[in-house]
Amino acid sequence: MSVVDPTASTPGFVPLSRRGPAPIQAVVGYGFWLFLLSDIIIFAALFATYAVLSGETNGGPPGATLFDKTHVFIETACLLLSSVTCGFASLAVQRRDKVFAYLWMVATFILGALFLHLEWSEFAVMVASGNAPSRSAFLSAFFTLVGTHGLHVTIGLTALAVMLLQIETLGFSQKVRGRFYCFSLFWHALDIVWIGVFTIVYLGAR
Amino acid sequence: MLGKLTWSAVPFDQPIIMITSGVIALVLFAILALVTVKGWWPYLWREWITSVDHKRIGVMYVLLALVMLVRGFADAIMMRSQLALAAGGAQGYLPPEHYDQIFSAHGTIMIFFVAMPIVIGLMNFAVPLQLGIRDVAFPVLNNVSFWLTAAGVLLVNLSLFVGEFARTGWLGYPPLSEIAYSPGVGVDYYLWSLQISGLGTLLSGINLTTTILKLRARGMGYMRMPVFCWTALASNLLIVAAFPVLTATFAMLLLDRYCGFHFFTNDAGGNPMMYINLIWIWGHPEVYILILPAFGVFSEVVATFAGKPLFGYRSMVMATMVICVLSFVVWLHHFFTMGAGANVNAFFGMMTMIIAVPTGVKVFNWLFTLYGGRIRFTVPVYWTLGFMVTFVIGGMTGVLMAIPPADFVLHNSLFLIAHFHNTAIGGVLFGAMAGYTYWFPKAFGFKLDERLGKAVFWCWFIGFYLAFMPLYVLGLLGATRRMQHYPDAHWQPLMLVALAGAVLILCGIGLTVVQLVHSIRTREQRRDRTGDPWNGRTLEWSIPSPPPAWNFAQLPRIESNDAYWAMKQGAHGVEPPAAHSHAPLHLPPSNPTGVLLAFFSVVLGFALIWHIWWMAIIGLLGAVAVGLVQAWRPDHEVVIPADQIAAFYGRQAAEEIAA
Ligand code: HEM
Ligand SMILES: [Cu+2]
Repeated sequence: MSVVDPTASTPGFVPLSRRGPAPIQAVVGYGFWLFLLSDIIIFAALFATYAVLSGETNGGPPGATLFDKTHVFIETACLLLSSVTCGFASLAVQRRDKVFAYLWMVATFILGALFLHLEWSEFAVMVASGNAPSRSAFLSAFFTLVGTHGLHVTIGLTALAVMLLQIETLGFSQKVRGRFYCFSLFWHALDIVWIGVFTIVYLGAR
Repeated sequence: MLGKLTWSAVPFDQPIIMITSGVIALVLFAILALVTVKGWWPYLWREWITSVDHKRIGVMYVLLALVMLVRGFADAIMMRSQLALAAGGAQGYLPPEHYDQIFSAHGTIMIFFVAMPIVIGLMNFAVPLQLGIRDVAFPVLNNVSFWLTAAGVLLVNLSLFVGEFARTGWLGYPPLSEIAYSPGVGVDYYLWSLQISGLGTLLSGINLTTTILKLRARGMGYMRMPVFCWTALASNLLIVAAFPVLTATFAMLLLDRYCGFHFFTNDAGGNPMMYINLIWIWGHPEVYILILPAFGVFSEVVATFAGKPLFGYRSMVMATMVICVLSFVVWLHHFFTMGAGANVNAFFGMMTMIIAVPTGVKVFNWLFTLYGGRIRFTVPVYWTLGFMVTFVIGGMTGVLMAIPPADFVLHNSLFLIAHFHNTAIGGVLFGAMAGYTYWFPKAFGFKLDERLGKAVFWCWFIGFYLAFMPLYVLGLLGATRRMQHYPDAHWQPLMLVALAGAVLILCGIGLTVVQLVHSIRTREQRRDRTGDPWNGRTLEWSIPSPPPAWNFAQLPRIESNDAYWAMKQGAHGVEPPAAHSHAPLHLPPSNPTGVLLAFFSVVLGFALIWHIWWMAIIGLLGAVAVGLVQAWRPDHEVVIPADQIAAFYGRQAAEEIAA
């Protein structure tokens, strides 16, 4: 719908806010948006804490020496690419094209799993070298911020698997398509959060 | 096998706790036995426990809150009697480690399990009716929210006789709440019960915000919404924006306690002040989450009983939304003593004073609404007038403490305690009581007894002044909060007055129960067959009381503010619903997801508190399984046939004529 409604000046025009209850799809989408906003506020609190505590290394190595930027770059590439494949999956779901929907969903799953694997190996290397979260406030904040994102990706992958089963068993019903829409919103939101993590935590490491 | 849980967790050696637990267990057992003997379980399960009807859920929220009010008040009167005794060298009857649990439990329960559920319950009940719709946006989620709140309540009460509660105050400040200084399970009870109920609150906030913004009767533009809906919108927006901060903050403290992280510890670079900043970034909006709906109730009551449209509707809406935004930029006034520096303190002090301006606007709007009206002095009006006097005093002492140098003296004193009870009781609680009395006839079809209602009001009103005005004086004399005994025997007379006030409030609570029981027993005399007992102005009064499950057989179309009033004035006629030919209606069926989720979250929470890891896994998997079952639940709707609807309205009309 365009911003300037050409019918606004015609007699009998009813403003959007007076047109009565919105259709169910709009309501579900709107509610999910609100949920995502609240989720992003959780990240905001974690980012703020990271910003305050990132200098508190307690005599340990700072971020700049701990992080491997190439590693993180590949990780980032995986996640951003998975958003693209998720977008294609959405289009396939819209077309009710089962083959392509599954194909793109599996691709999204693989890329997401790869991302998680890379993140996990980064964590493992850090812990093995004595830089566990209990080492310092900085590391506590780092592991929590990045780990919370990772936890969200894990939940996202689970949801993706559930969506696959839902399409398989329930077909492309309106409800299932609505749920897939919410899933894709969630998945893209994780990308946005990751861009924040990538910029502030990794590129901003001193 | 059972983690930290052993028989020593049950305080057999503490007579007070054992007797209390015994009485609670007996009462619970008696209730369960009665329900079983009478064979009420199927009805309760179908019509209430698994109900997704917003009206039923609202009633359950309010009931939960009233029960917890008794628990919170029991803590309060224990503290008051302890302080009445423990003067000079005396130690009273509550040892410090017990006293500390009591004030922590009192604060936690009153805010999270009394004030929150009562306010959410009123919004749940009234908002969809005022908006002219059939239910909230997500009815099943609504039931889940309620049961998650109840799960938190259960865990808090469990701490009474299995283990202990936190001794860290209602906000659990570190470093005291860190594992080094609070190694017991008290803080874990606090944290997990609030995490679980906090999730319920967040979901309810999302639900009601979506409802108000997306589902309104035809014709109900934003500037035609009843003011209660506006304040509910502001309150729920604040929930969506603030509660995630609480969740994140508690999660970090949990990581500190369970996994040895260093967010808020004294060592390894942790920063306790970070916690205190974060918790108040949630905490200040929280006080407006509670008070804004109360403001909404008063606005409805004032307009209804003065028989006039609300004075300054637009400024009321503006004031509400300004408060909603400003509530995020005042949090630092809770710790001016942190040492952030004069400029930072000055900024937050000024913002705090500025936020008082829209509140003042509201008070004048209420006064001007009353001015020149034909006021009917019903019980809700009593609460409203009591509120206006009391809240203004509380507001002024608040502005006083917004001056950083003054706050350096008054911080953590009984003056502060008096201030926030002035607003919590005089504002939130009075508002809740007004709303309870105002909407009771809508929910149940008969009015509460007026004389007893007025007696309840006077007990609370006078009791409040007796209980809290002395605390202002004591605070100025130097009495600190969270103090289990005091050396200066000169303070004792004022403490005794405060105790007398608490006893009067006890009478008020007792009379509330009497009023309810008496009104139920005489309900036939006090039936309201019109659906509009107060000569109301908004849509909820246009339908029968109690409303049918579908609220509105025909979704209303409105043309102005105070929609029902306008209809009654004949601006555009009220069409009696019975005159319509009815189409069958589709309603969502009852759903056990909420109770089951709550069950598994209690298992999960309890297991995490006591470090029983296998049980935690069961709880988590159980919750996930419930979620999956819900995802595959076929959506059969309950179809209400047209003749059933017609019969309902036919009966309604016959009763009205007979009466
Ligand atoms: C019903 C009558 C009430 C009485 C007699 C009462 C009494 C008290 C007392 C004696 C304290 C301890 C003060 C101290 O630290 O020395 C207290 C603390 C507190 N009260 Fe109440 N109260 C009442 C109602 C409420 C209500 C309705 C609320 C909130 C909606 C509330 C919220 C709190 C909080 C948050 C604290 C602070 C707990 C802490 O120190 O961590 N109270 N109250
Ligand atoms: Cu505040």
